[in-house]
Amino acid sequence: MPGKPLLEFTDKGIYCARGDFYIDPWKPVDDAVITHAHADHAYFGHKNYLAHHLSREVMLHRLGDINLRTIEYGETVNKHGVQISLHPAGHVIGSAQIRVEYKGEVWVVSGDYKTEDDGISTPFEPVKCHHFISECTFGMPVYTWKPQSTIFADVNNWWQSNLQNGFATVIVGYSLGKAQRILQNLDLNIGKVYTHGVIENTNEALRRNGIMLNPTERITFDSSKEEVRKGIILAPPSSVGTPWMRKFAPYSFGYCSGWMSIRGAKRRRAADRGIVLSDHADWNGLISAIDATGCESVYLTHGYTASFSRYLNEIGFDAHEVHTLYGGEEDAPSQPPPEGEDAPSKSPPEGETSLVSRSVNASPSGGGWVGAGI
Amino acid sequence: MKAFAQLFLSLDETNKTNEKVKVLKDYFANVPDTDKMHMLALFTGRRPKRQINSTLVRTWAMEASNIPVWLFEESYQVVGDLAETMSLLMPESQNSSSKTLTEWIAEINALADKTEMEKKLWLMDSWAMLDSQERFVFNKLLTGSFRVGVSQSLVIKALADITGIEAPALTHRIMGSWMPEDYTYAQLIEEQSAADNISRPYPFFLAYPIQETSEKRKSAEEVGVALGEAADWQAEWKWDGIRAQMIKRDGQIFIWSRGEDLATEKFPELHPFLNALPDGTVLDGEILSFQNGQPLPFSILQTRIGRKTLSKKILADSPVAVIAYDCLEHEGKDIRTMTQAERRLILEKLQAKTTYPEIFRLSALIEFGSWEELETTREQSRAMIAEGVMLKRKNATYQVGRKRGDWWKWKIDPLSVDAVMIYAQKGHGRRADLYTDYTFAVWDGDKLVPFAKAYSGLTDAEINKVDYFVKRNTLEKFGPVRTVKPELVFEIGFEGINKSSRHKSGIALRFPRILRWRHDKPKEEADTLDSLRALLPGQG
Repeated sequence: MPGKPLLEFTDKGIYCARGDFYIDPWKPVDDAVITHAHADHAYFGHKNYLAHHLSREVMLHRLGDINLRTIEYGETVNKHGVQISLHPAGHVIGSAQIRVEYKGEVWVVSGDYKTEDDGISTPFEPVKCHHFISECTFGMPVYTWKPQSTIFADVNNWWQSNLQNGFATVIVGYSLGKAQRILQNLDLNIGKVYTHGVIENTNEALRRNGIMLNPTERITFDSSKEEVRKGIILAPPSSVGTPWMRKFAPYSFGYCSGWMSIRGAKRRRAADRGIVLSDHADWNGLISAIDATGCESVYLTHGYTASFSRYLNEIGFDAHEVHTLYGGEEDAPSQPPPEGEDAPSKSPPEGETSLVSRSVNASPSGGGWVGAGI
Repeated sequence: MKAFAQLFLSLDETNKTNEKVKVLKDYFANVPDTDKMHMLALFTGRRPKRQINSTLVRTWAMEASNIPVWLFEESYQVVGDLAETMSLLMPESQNSSSKTLTEWIAEINALADKTEMEKKLWLMDSWAMLDSQERFVFNKLLTGSFRVGVSQSLVIKALADITGIEAPALTHRIMGSWMPEDYTYAQLIEEQSAADNISRPYPFFLAYPIQETSEKRKSAEEVGVALGEAADWQAEWKWDGIRAQMIKRDGQIFIWSRGEDLATEKFPELHPFLNALPDGTVLDGEILSFQNGQPLPFSILQTRIGRKTLSKKILADSPVAVIAYDCLEHEGKDIRTMTQAERRLILEKLQAKTTYPEIFRLSALIEFGSWEELETTREQSRAMIAEGVMLKRKNATYQVGRKRGDWWKWKIDPLSVDAVMIYAQKGHGRRADLYTDYTFAVWDGDKLVPFAKAYSGLTDAEINKVDYFVKRNTLEKFGPVRTVKPELVFEIGFEGINKSSRHKSGIALRFPRILRWRHDKPKEEADTLDSLRALLPGQG
């Protein structure tokens, strides 16, 4: 297949023709390599799935009876002479970058990632490659994160002061990733952690997978409201403003997301506390991660792709914008944040696919994804 | 400054009114009196004079953050607030500062006679000693309007709790022209009379709307059920001019607009009649352009608002007069606690004595025996150059702010057309990074001609949907503006329409806003430029 790049972009997802497999495809395919279990990356309907060991139970929990093979970080799978291996992405437990090698040419698909060690996901490791396909959800310089020790000191203080002022504490984060990160960093001397069922189901899946999580108590019809109000309530975004949440009133409600760096976004959420906590790399994290790959070209799949690629080109990278269904270009401020838990876990709605194929045909300026390979 | 920055942060950190009041009280209780007055000034729109123009502040901020201009501009579009953008982009500071708000504002004011180089050095040093939250409020002080998401009434409530002085009295005491440098906290809380500050206006009493949109239209019967006997009410036309309070005290005159701007010099035509009023008189009314005894549309008056100097031509083209409807002070006494009917009699007597009846006019009372009769009369509003009718309970006192109960505005339905959205731009503040500002077009043959911009009228959920549409249907980008696929149709409402040579469409609208999203209409069925022109005055 002369002139065809090792990885290419199709209306089903990122495709390796040489090895005949897809990475994070959003349409049903035969062989799918999955970076992580979030709904905008792990879709339902593929014949065979390949993912990391630590994604196993969550994927089975979310996608049901699928044909799933799991491997360790660094372990290599060979398909038609193409070597596939997984490397830690630091995004959530079990998240992986996908390294693809054929005849010495190396491509890496980042999936979603963050560079800070959150203490619970295997820390991000840069992987040397020729071509790096990166997310850039927070690819604007206004997004810079504080160290998580500072953030959680604030969270624990807030919890404590709510107790003193007679407020229950509700902390909101995505059920896979954010929830466990919060759980492991709460000061359990202050009180117990109570969980919404959606989060507890994910916790149980992770515990089945051998992850040691701090103790939690599932909130049920039998839970004593008074007891729950003395602890902290860990809830998913979908529960905000529901009667389920209101029954704990009066409460103070904190929303954990990178979008909370911007005052306007925080005010829109009407959260009492906008806690700037993200499982994605910030501006500096993205640049250092891309730099560390030593790549010749970088392809940006989702986030502020236009601005970020322009900046990367200015500072000497060969950067290109590509369009995918991950996270969704720029739409996060108005849509559910990029972890994508609220997105349907099946095929995307009709109509969006035409958008993708149109974007693929319209090669980005400066070369583009199609035909960009060797 | 730390306390002030924390105040901002704490106010942001709660959506509950009681909590906000508590935060404000904590602030008042913990800062020096001079800081209290500065905070009060800032929270009531009294910003220190801008000493460094915002272009320079921007330029130096880009330098401090070490990013290219285009990336700074795009960051600003994402954040939607200049002060916040600058504070987010700068590297973390290594030093800190314990200067108070008062000290910082004194430093800002002292920049007036500094060179540009000195200003720059001062600013760079200042940024380097402030943390990001302090920097945000500091940048606000330097550049922005101080919108804080806290109403003046909440600030007053906190202050009332702290001082034991009633809220309406405090509201009055912070009206008018004062700066924190010349009005002390001790003066604010001591016993005062109206004469202590001869220029000080009273807080305006504002009417509550009976209906806001055509969809919520109220019938005469519903109005009757809500307001009771027609005989208990007086009705006037709702004039479309500039709400103003006119003061004559100690031989001096002052004209205040509702935005608490001193506008005395903007309306020289009013000076003779005001000077002829007895001392100790305060009138409330509407300033309008008049010609041959007839009020002119607001667009005529608009041509002279905002002008620094009023040329002879402007004075000749757009002469103003006052339609007075209330008297708040008479013979030096605050008469706001008298009834509407009593105050009206005093007003009528004052007006009867004026030798300038063409300039000092009375707002005529509309005769009506029943709500149905008034509803019929109201239909003539547009012909009267009025926006509808005002209802005032005859035994009402003159209250403070927008209060439900005794004053109501019953506006006529807005004019409206169905239009296609063609451009979108991101909003600011809580609409940051969302496409919320739209330009609308109507058909002229097979072309769409833009005729209005509108920002308000959609719910948050609808805004999210339009934002989603814009991001997926962008045809071109021009800086912050996106051309979008013409597809979405909205009903646009407006209060008035006039010819305009400055607009492509040849027309200008007054107060356009979105009435509703016409999901049911394809773009081909949107209105035409001809149908808009048919709404011009004098077109039937």
